[in-house]
Amino acid sequence: MMRLIVTALFTALLVLGVWTFFDSTTFLLGPERAGYRWWWPTDVSTYGGGIDLLFVVIGVMILVFFVLTYVVLIGAVFGASRKSEEKAAFTHGNHKLELLWTAVPAVLLLIIAFSQMQTWAAIKFRGAIAGEEIRAEAIAEQFDWRFRYPGTDGVFGTVDDIHSATDFVVPVDDKFVFHLRSNDVLHSFFVPKLRLKQDAVPGMTIPMWLEVDPDRFAREAQAIELADGSEGRELVVDLICAELCGWGHYKMAGRVRMLSKNAFEAWMAEQEALRFDNGEPE
Amino acid sequence: MSSTTATHVAPGTGSPGTVREHHEHHELGFIRKYVFSTDHKVIGLQFMFTGLVFLVLGGLLAMAIRWQLAWPWTEMPVIGSILFPHTGRVITPEFYTMLFTMHGTVMIFFVIIPLLTGAFGNFLIPLMIGAPDMAFPKVNMIGYWLMAPAIVFLMLGFFSPGGGPAAGWTAYPPLSTIKSAAPGSISGQTYWLLALTFVGASSMAGAVNYVTTIVKMRAPGMTMMRMPLTIWALLIAALLQLFALPVLTAAGILQLLDRTLLTGFFTPTNLIVNQINPESLDAFAGGAAAGGQPLLWQHLFWFYSHPAVYIMVVPAMGMASDIISTHARKPIFGYKPMVYSMAAIAGLGFIVWGHHMFMSGMNPALGMTFMVSTIMIALPSAIKVFNWLGTVYGSRIQLTAAMLNALGFVAMFIIGGLSGIWMASTPVDIYIHDTYIIVAHFHYVVFGGSVFAIFAAIYHWFPKMFGRIMNETLGKIHFVGSFIFTNGVFYMMHQLGMAGLMRRTADPYDYETYAHLQPLNEFISICAFCLFAWQIFFVVNFFHSMFWGKRVGRNPWKACSLEWDAPSPPGHGNFDRRLAVHRGPYEYASPEVDEDFLPQSRTV
Repeated sequence: MMRLIVTALFTALLVLGVWTFFDSTTFLLGPERAGYRWWWPTDVSTYGGGIDLLFVVIGVMILVFFVLTYVVLIGAVFGASRKSEEKAAFTHGNHKLELLWTAVPAVLLLIIAFSQMQTWAAIKFRGAIAGEEIRAEAIAEQFDWRFRYPGTDGVFGTVDDIHSATDFVVPVDDKFVFHLRSNDVLHSFFVPKLRLKQDAVPGMTIPMWLEVDPDRFAREAQAIELADGSEGRELVVDLICAELCGWGHYKMAGRVRMLSKNAFEAWMAEQEALRFDNGEPE
Repeated sequence: MSSTTATHVAPGTGSPGTVREHHEHHELGFIRKYVFSTDHKVIGLQFMFTGLVFLVLGGLLAMAIRWQLAWPWTEMPVIGSILFPHTGRVITPEFYTMLFTMHGTVMIFFVIIPLLTGAFGNFLIPLMIGAPDMAFPKVNMIGYWLMAPAIVFLMLGFFSPGGGPAAGWTAYPPLSTIKSAAPGSISGQTYWLLALTFVGASSMAGAVNYVTTIVKMRAPGMTMMRMPLTIWALLIAALLQLFALPVLTAAGILQLLDRTLLTGFFTPTNLIVNQINPESLDAFAGGAAAGGQPLLWQHLFWFYSHPAVYIMVVPAMGMASDIISTHARKPIFGYKPMVYSMAAIAGLGFIVWGHHMFMSGMNPALGMTFMVSTIMIALPSAIKVFNWLGTVYGSRIQLTAAMLNALGFVAMFIIGGLSGIWMASTPVDIYIHDTYIIVAHFHYVVFGGSVFAIFAAIYHWFPKMFGRIMNETLGKIHFVGSFIFTNGVFYMMHQLGMAGLMRRTADPYDYETYAHLQPLNEFISICAFCLFAWQIFFVVNFFHSMFWGKRVGRNPWKACSLEWDAPSPPGHGNFDRRLAVHRGPYEYASPEVDEDFLPQSRTV
């Protein structure tokens, strides 16, 4: 009785694991799954594909070992009572088996470890953005995000700086390098749609970059009308604080507004014009 | 007490493995016998009861967390009016931050570590190696009683101005060090640090004892390679504590100084300087914020707390190995690889702490080296799993409550261990860091793993502790429900994590990204309430069996290791006959004898 119950329990877990694995990784299969939001939100960055691929590759390895170990475990439990009168096999181990199941995972793990270094370096190493112009600053503060652009003179801290609260406006198809800072406690800059995460640490200025993929962007963006009557495109996604920063952590929400090139330029021009806006209707 | 040949001796004085002759017989009073006892068995039980009481508290905190996540800002039934009279029975956001901070703290420092090393370390080490008691019985007693100030400070934290600590169990500065940063940092955090210091001192007293006792007091013939894996695991866990704990204690005191004497170890000064970017104005280069380094705390904290993760699982692995071998009636498969892999986990455990900090602003090149060591730690864990499977394969499994929980441990450790490979991968971690995948992972290891191993160990060694056996039917009912609901709670958290849901948020549904996750959270919460309620089967079984359970003899499981040679429960001084060890601890199904087990102490 107990034998069947335990066999059923472990088998159910095995089925659940296999099913959720396949269901959760099919997001990679194509844009028709884009609206299926139980799993990873679809990626719109140029570099996120490497992360997603690695997740799936490791996932396949995990799945193989998961199925293998569970089948043995279930088999052992299911076969439990058949030979209740005889003694169990008297063995203290098997040297060849030990070597086999040490060497095979070791090789697999080393391959996994070394093959991912390039992806990591390309995203996080400062070499990836050496010499690039700093286009903006993201400043975290309990419980707000604020953004600053250097304006036409390209220098921060001057009178033509552009400030934006909550909305981080970035152009599509353009490597956008920015600095991340915190004014008080730790925060974390997390944009799931852009596969972007970095803690903000008071006392540190951390360079980051993002690049929105034009094709992926085109699939999800909405049309907007610009001031001069032409059409631009826009995609707004959540910017989330992912490091505990106090009681209001849960509502430290920002937005990333990805704009097509013309829309971004129009936005910049609009912001620069605001500097001389006296507030009266024209 | 089935056999109480009087063997009252000052513990720790005789040579191990011998019978202490009856030289001074004096009855200890109640206080010396049950309160300030130096007997390792009493101290072990004290740790066990303390740990189980805190398990209930930690569980209640978790239930409140689950209430908020399933139905944010709704009135909490029944106890809401007692806890939150001023907010209309609704959890406040600052109370929520305190909840998960205290849930983590209580479960790690007051439940898992005291249960594994405190309770089972104390109870099992002398019995399993054939010693009359610990090497330093008084230090042992002090070790338990250091928990008292720790508990007092922990409780004071709840009632201090501003409420309990609320910077997470990781206590990252500056949130934890600046009073205005969080209500819990006004004074609760100070009590938290004091509580941790005393818990650390308690663990230290235990660790010194375990290492000395295991190295010096083994019975004749008990070579290191004949020790049960439980003992190896406890030795390795004790060494981890000895090397890693001083770092946490020192770091805690530095944070305490930051808080009370306004030093600047971890807290940067000049935090806000008019939005000036140091790199755009040379005069301010590097000068915008100065002094303390928040990352230094993270390094020091994780230098202890990552090994602590292994302190929380290695003893569970050891006990599960013993229980599986005994109830599978088959020798453990690959004893030496089991020992070496535990040692490897512990060794590698010291060079992987940086994987908690991939996104912290630590140099990404350093992250790469931590990634490699972290991925490689999957190897000894895998070897252990394969050897457990080798043990059950072709065995004659007895599906007792103890065995069921041990198998549950293996099943869930597999899931928790495998998902760890995702976390070790730095690029994947960019997305999953601080999401519910992480929460799912470590709960599979610590709840599905360690807690199920603790249940298994209680079912298995209960006869030795109280001379009575726990009810098997209730035990099986307890296991089946617990297993179903545990997976209902924690498996689904993987899915939350894949959707990107981050931890420690009181109400994530305002984000468009997360709005659709509320029904899944509701399902998890219902499973969590059922899981908590289901433990009633364990509680009833535990107390009923303690007083009215079936009496059993010395060796109800027909096990091979030395503790089953002692009376159940063992008297003062443990053994009533001369002991010598002739073989390893797992001679089940041995062809040398007719029975299917050959105890370590028997001569053939």
